[in-house]
Amino acid sequence: MAKIYVNGEAQEVTLPLNVSELIKNNNVQQPEMVSVQVNEEFADRNEWDNIQIAEGDSIDFLYFMGGGNITVKG
Amino acid sequence: MIELTEQQIERYSRHILLQDVGVEGQEKIMNARVLVVGAGGLGAPVSLYLAAAGIGRIGLVDADVVDLSNLQRQVIHFTRDVGTPKVQSAKEKIQAINPDVQVDTYHEFLDSSNAIDIIKEYDFIVDGTDNFPVKFLINDACVMAGKPFSHGGILRFHGQTFTHLPGTACYRCMFKEPPPAGAVPTCSQAGVLGAIAGMLGTIQAAETLKYFTGVGELLTNRLLTFDAKTMQFNNINVRPRTTCELCGEHPTIDHLIDYEQAACDLKHH
Repeated sequence: MAKIYVNGEAQEVTLPLNVSELIKNNNVQQPEMVSVQVNEEFADRNEWDNIQIAEGDSIDFLYFMGGGNITVKG
Repeated sequence: MIELTEQQIERYSRHILLQDVGVEGQEKIMNARVLVVGAGGLGAPVSLYLAAAGIGRIGLVDADVVDLSNLQRQVIHFTRDVGTPKVQSAKEKIQAINPDVQVDTYHEFLDSSNAIDIIKEYDFIVDGTDNFPVKFLINDACVMAGKPFSHGGILRFHGQTFTHLPGTACYRCMFKEPPPAGAVPTCSQAGVLGAIAGMLGTIQAAETLKYFTGVGELLTNRLLTFDAKTMQFNNINVRPRTTCELCGEHPTIDHLIDYEQAACDLKHH
């Protein structure tokens, strides 16, 4: 088991683990609505499968947020 | 600089009493020109507090009219305003609060054709919009025009905001590009607790006033997020991204883009 930090909270994970798998493990409902940083570096979504998480890493999920209002069709 | 009248000294006395603001800071506020894009959930508290603070000139951009479903959170609009253009309704309230404030209204959508022309008239821009195409447009236009701005987003019980100054991280440094149009929150996942708009909007108004008075540390290079269910506030450090398509070392975006906005059919939910 390895200890990592997701949005500041400690998590125990089993390595190897890539960013895509971490997103799945964290039950992110809409991965297309999240942006990811690993150790404060932006992680391009095209690379999520290739970026390996390491012991002690800090991962941030940044969620897309609009204005709570969505364009509504009449 | 403006010479404050006796009435103004009284009106702004609680600012003037603040050692960090004082008469000098109040004069800076009164010389300031702020553009508020969106006179809705975020734009309402932002405009109310900036008007009360005595911002010299406030520009309001919004193409919509007040709808009954807006009143749950857009506190600058009243029941009697339903059907009135939001910019007109907001202007009336701003002037009722503070006749010192000059209000410019733009009853139109902000898009690639008018964004730079409107933005360049102001010193600071507040993003109070509700959709990603315009959030990226505001970001891109402000970065291109070298203007500082406050970003704001809310969803359900969450809010997020950051402040951009030229050279600090921009929205694209964090989010690169809008989510695919079809992925934008489905109806069942959308909605917002009205007071969240007030929480986030007042943070944006405070950042604006901090910018003009030079007080404290702005929310630059960090994204402030909160969850009102737990009242946990979190600062996520972000940095200007060297690969940013807009402000990085080899930018590829050299013009404003009008992205498509997904629409949600409420009748099916």
